[in-house]
Amino acid sequence: MSDVADRVKKIVVEHLGVEADKVVENANFIDDLGADSLDTVELVMAFEEEFNVEIPDDAAETIVTVGDAVRFLEKNAA
Amino acid sequence: MFDLTGRKALVTGATGGIGGAIARALHAQGATVTLSGTRRAALDELASSLGERVHVVEANLSDKDSVEALVPAAEAAMEGLDILVNNAGVTKDNLFMRMKDEEWDTVIAVNLTASFRLSRAAVKNMMRRRYGRIVNIGSVVGSTGNPGQGNYAASKAGLIGMTKALAAEVASRNITVNCVAPGFIESPMTDVLSDKQREGILGTIPMGRLGQGDEIASSVVYLASTEAAYVTGQTLHVNGGMAMF
Repeated sequence: MSDVADRVKKIVVEHLGVEADKVVENANFIDDLGADSLDTVELVMAFEEEFNVEIPDDAAETIVTVGDAVRFLEKNAA
Repeated sequence: MFDLTGRKALVTGATGGIGGAIARALHAQGATVTLSGTRRAALDELASSLGERVHVVEANLSDKDSVEALVPAAEAAMEGLDILVNNAGVTKDNLFMRMKDEEWDTVIAVNLTASFRLSRAAVKNMMRRRYGRIVNIGSVVGSTGNPGQGNYAASKAGLIGMTKALAAEVASRNITVNCVAPGFIESPMTDVLSDKQREGILGTIPMGRLGQGDEIASSVVYLASTEAAYVTGQTLHVNGGMAMF
């Protein structure tokens, strides 16, 4: 896993209180990891903070799996 | 009880009769307070009478950019924001059939839309900190209606609905959102009433008198306190009994 993926995983584990081995690339935050809609907003805020990047609302709506987050951040974070 | 030491509060419309009383009361309980309003001199005067733990941020709530700059400015000044009191309000009374679009728009913009934007901005960091108190100042007419105040009544009723919706969204994050709905309170807004109007109003109030700003402020202190942690989405009517729900 890339550095970005590791950091994303750590945030998701901390935030949603899920087992690390459940946080796989195609895990859906809501369907697989038990997040509610407010959790997904908070995850995006946590990603913004960790990667020092702004995630606009329309991009945030496309981030529904762990892999979506990793790909977005690999592309957009410095 | 109701100790607010270390809490950081933003009060809009802090130069008004009720807003000033709210700012004083939160400050007296130990909170650091940011005073916001349009009249710089009056804000500075209130700030200097409070002394320590006070900041002033001018803002015109009918202006979108000014509204959007307010919460970040208050957060920067106080290094955080725990309590947001959406108090600022304007009236532009007119008979419904004569009401101009601008009269409608201004009242909705300041009383409702600005409260929405300020709450949206404030709740973001409240979620991060897992703590927050938002108190919206409504009005009895938001529940009862009042001739000549179609715009004002709509804006205040809108606040009640907004309060409930936001309260439901963020309750799990220890953020409460409530509304205080004053009846007739001694303030510059009611000083303009004629003796006859005043008499007519007093006849509708079982308590037989107008309320004081302090009596609204103490309700705000309660809802802003840790003690009120289990109270959310509510409207607390403070009106001397003139309308009971």
